Amino acid sequence: MDAERIDQIIEPYQGAPDLLIQVLLAIQSECNWLPEAALRKTSEKLQVPMSRILHIATFYKAFSLVPKGRHKVHICTGTACHVRGAPRILHTVQELTGIGAGETDLELKFSVETVNCIGCCALGPVIDVDGKVHGNVSTGDTADILEQYK
Amino acid sequence: MPQLRSPDQLDAFRQELSSSGDADTPCISVCAGTGCLAYGADQVIRAFEAEIGKQGLAATVNTKGTGCPGYCEKGPVVVIYPEEICYLGVKPEDVPEIVTRTIVEKKVVARLVYSDPDSGEQAIRESDIPFYKHQERFLLSSNTRIDSKSIDDYLAIGGYTALSKALFRMTAVEVVEEVKKSNLRGRGGGGFPAGRKWEGSRDAPEEVKYVLVNADEGDPGAFMDRALLEGNPHSILEGLIIGGYAIGAHEGYVYVRQEYPLAVENIALAIRHAEEYGLLGENILGSGFDFKVMVHQGAGAFVCGESTALMTALEGRAGEPRPKYVRSNVKGLWNRPSVLNNVETWANVPLIINKGADWFTGYGTEGSKGTKIFSLVGKIANTGLVEVPMGITLRDIVYKIGGGIPGGKKFKAVQTGGPSGGCIPERLLDLEVGFDELTEAGSMMGSGGMIVMDEDTCMVDVARYFLHFLSDESCGKCVPCREGLRQMDRILKNITEGKGQDGDIETLEDLSELAMDASLCALGKSAPNPLLSTLRYFRDEYEAHIKEKRCPSLLCKDLVKYYIDPEKCSACLICLRKCPEGGVVGAKNMIHVIDHEKCTSCGVCFDVCPDRFDAVVKYSGEPVPPPIPEEQRMIDRKKKKDHEQSPSAN
Repeated sequence: MDAERIDQIIEPYQGAPDLLIQVLLAIQSECNWLPEAALRKTSEKLQVPMSRILHIATFYKAFSLVPKGRHKVHICTGTACHVRGAPRILHTVQELTGIGAGETDLELKFSVETVNCIGCCALGPVIDVDGKVHGNVSTGDTADILEQYK
Repeated sequence: MPQLRSPDQLDAFRQELSSSGDADTPCISVCAGTGCLAYGADQVIRAFEAEIGKQGLAATVNTKGTGCPGYCEKGPVVVIYPEEICYLGVKPEDVPEIVTRTIVEKKVVARLVYSDPDSGEQAIRESDIPFYKHQERFLLSSNTRIDSKSIDDYLAIGGYTALSKALFRMTAVEVVEEVKKSNLRGRGGGGFPAGRKWEGSRDAPEEVKYVLVNADEGDPGAFMDRALLEGNPHSILEGLIIGGYAIGAHEGYVYVRQEYPLAVENIALAIRHAEEYGLLGENILGSGFDFKVMVHQGAGAFVCGESTALMTALEGRAGEPRPKYVRSNVKGLWNRPSVLNNVETWANVPLIINKGADWFTGYGTEGSKGTKIFSLVGKIANTGLVEVPMGITLRDIVYKIGGGIPGGKKFKAVQTGGPSGGCIPERLLDLEVGFDELTEAGSMMGSGGMIVMDEDTCMVDVARYFLHFLSDESCGKCVPCREGLRQMDRILKNITEGKGQDGDIETLEDLSELAMDASLCALGKSAPNPLLSTLRYFRDEYEAHIKEKRCPSLLCKDLVKYYIDPEKCSACLICLRKCPEGGVVGAKNMIHVIDHEKCTSCGVCFDVCPDRFDAVVKYSGEPVPPPIPEEQRMIDRKKKKDHEQSPSAN
């Protein structure tokens, strides 16, 4: 983590505790997680106690207190994908990567998450890897998709 | 960059915009919504730009990436104006042909237009396609006509006329009265009349008030608000400014999910453009009315779609709801009067101001007026966004617009209202769509998700899915929701795993009653709806799971066993290779059998078995036949080939 970069992110929000969530979102998108040092800095600059920051960091799904893998595998489990077989896709991804939803493997290769609808219901079931959407996925395709990512 | 300081300047500028664009200039609009982008629409747009440059047409043809036209099933969708020719499923390699044939020679590329799956009849114009023909698209129709990143496009089609009318030709009271008269009800789920909400805020004594846009569209399987925000952000902004004027607020917030990056980008851009043009900020159009808008990104919590939780989140805290002894339109954000409406509700406001409440009430039923956008998804032939007048029957939506169920399967239910809604069975398909009608049937309007389910969908699994979702999203503040939903989820999970017991249904009903009576906010109060509605209409499925340990839809993993039919298996090795557990035993020329010690019932073998063999069979509630003895597994190819060829030789 680049301490200077974190300062740059926090700077415009100084003394504005109501914008805490926006600051954390900015840090999350920069670092891919919320490192402790960045949170302490935020606490100091925005004048918000650490306890509240941790409350928010654990309440909202967008935040992670542990580093994430290089590739983010998002399995859509929205209702449309669910009825088209998303649970079986999730099961296959778990079998293949050895990690479940919300987890990251030890080599920091994959982070697997479930998401509630990414709005491509016509393509369901859908897997989104690093922002690229793979549609109409069958259990048989899953291994081929994951193999594309090193 | 013009700073517009009076309504006359706005009109003059609009004149200038529409006269500069010749109506006959061809315009290629390519859907750049999330669904079409996933199909590769960005490559199609680039291909058009390249091809038009190559053919030297850049000066005379306009290419636009627009918002979602709704027909996601057939993406990427390309519409060519002024003829309104609609091409479906366009690929980059089709582009040169389209440019040469349609743009230059003014002819239609027949293979890319809609053709009816049954009759083969073709429809060239968008409005002739059955999917669109039965809709009333007041909100969505602008999406394909404008570049969502251009305020000029929005102005050219009459944007901000409603704002100018409200500011200069109507008093704030008249605006509220007009909205009240239109009986516009909240599109986010509750269906509370917007006009009454506005009136309460306007009459509240506090000086500082707020207007808020709820764009925290968290319902799984719903993306109406996103399509509007991405495709036509100015329509929402215009509605919001009018709302601010009506209740006397000078600040507005748009609360939008960070999971919708394009929506965040487009609304932020729209705000910046409106400020530059003098349509936002101080002294809007010289009227003396000041108004500013901020964007706040949500960080991923379903409960933040609830009004009080959303306001808490806007204040920078964890989004937990509070009891509503005093309504938030009187004491809301920072304890000040705050009008919170859904994206779609705000988008309706400019239409009502422009065309009048009487026009709006001309559509719909007694209690529900105007149109509603639904996202029609699931087991349906035409997935997409549909905007229909209230009062249309579910049957018309599913069959006339949606094109029925694909793959010759049988319709089972349609789920409306998201996780707080319920499942409506086939016998109620003639139900008219409206707030009160759907509530009576045990479901609700919700924000507009409409998920179609066929015979392969297990209703117990659907109920478990929603309860699991809600128990996961419960903020944990009140006990009935936090603990009650968790127990309900656990019991339902047991039932789907074949561990259901007598009395489970009764316990679920008790817990439902408690959650509905005692939860703090609508999340807990409405959480039992998916369970109760499926119990009401599909009780037999629950009983089959509990008593016979059988899943009638052959879906619940723990109740289904797979079996390879030796008569049909051709020993093609596909399932053997794809099985992640190594649970298929066999070899070349040797009929495959499943080793049930290793099988996890993942269903890969069922999915990959080619249709021409169709050898993998599911069993539930009955024993799987024993595998055929090893000595009978060899296939004599020659014999089999002769056998297969004999019928065709006849």
